[in-house]
Amino acid sequence: MNTQAHAEESHAGASVGTNLAIWVGLVAITGLEVFLAYKELQPTLMLTILVILSLVKAAMIMSYFMHLKFEKFSLVLWLIPAIIFCISMMFIFFFPEAFRLLQLKPH
Amino acid sequence: MHDVKTDAALESAWSGGASPFAMGSKKLGMWLFIVSDTLTFSALLIVYSYSRLTNPDWPKPFPMSPAIIFSTTMTVVLLASSLTMVMAVMAAQRNDRKATVLWLIATMAGGLTFMGLHLREWFHLFEEGATITHNPWGTPQFGAVFFGITGMHMTHVLIGVIYLGIVATGYGRGKFSAEDVEVNGLYWHFVDLVWMFVFPLIYLMSVKY
Repeated sequence: MNTQAHAEESHAGASVGTNLAIWVGLVAITGLEVFLAYKELQPTLMLTILVILSLVKAAMIMSYFMHLKFEKFSLVLWLIPAIIFCISMMFIFFFPEAFRLLQLKPH
Repeated sequence: MHDVKTDAALESAWSGGASPFAMGSKKLGMWLFIVSDTLTFSALLIVYSYSRLTNPDWPKPFPMSPAIIFSTTMTVVLLASSLTMVMAVMAAQRNDRKATVLWLIATMAGGLTFMGLHLREWFHLFEEGATITHNPWGTPQFGAVFFGITGMHMTHVLIGVIYLGIVATGYGRGKFSAEDVEVNGLYWHFVDLVWMFVFPLIYLMSVKY
């Protein structure tokens, strides 16, 4: 199958109305984040809420604006677990050692 | 000679044929780049989050007005440029060259506005005495983290604006296909996606009350 045929096949995508609704949703979540900042929450709680809301926004952008929802599901299965796996590896191996080294004093 | 089993394998997405994900190589390449860049930004933001939570005297140089209102405006501008990019991709799929180029130019305008606003924010911080290694408010790492992460993002925006210009020119002259516009769109939406993490984590976690 040539490139042109792929473009025609896989990009029915979302309608203008749906994309506009996603955009309004993204702006609304941004507004909610600013409101939470105004409420002056405890930093750890604030960070947790902000990361969750950012992940929701990222999922909306990837699904609709980046068309991932309309691609073959095998692509999702290939990309998303790979990202999650690599970030988990950073948490498990890299960061604990890196931060431990930072706290060592030079001789 | 093919039996039924072999034919079924060749038709499947995993047959190892020319296009297992039913997309062109440019688009697949862009997705791979996005995965690698996601990990770069993840590393930076995880380091930032750790530093932010473990330093009680982390600087809070952003008052709700004007800094947070200003950065929220930047966020809305970048989100708006993502919407114009969606419109450009849709126009390209309809083979409407004129509309595609106009939407791409609108996206570039959004990107340039974002950069202008962001640079204004940077210069404001410079005037207040913040540098990469020093600041008048608290933990010195703030400058390295703030200018490092936002600088990395702004570099992506700058590259994105240049990329948009090249694609708009090429598509307008009939040298690029609708797929090229779509691949350009993937990059631009990724830049927007990264900002969806940078804005709350960097700005909203450092609000001055």
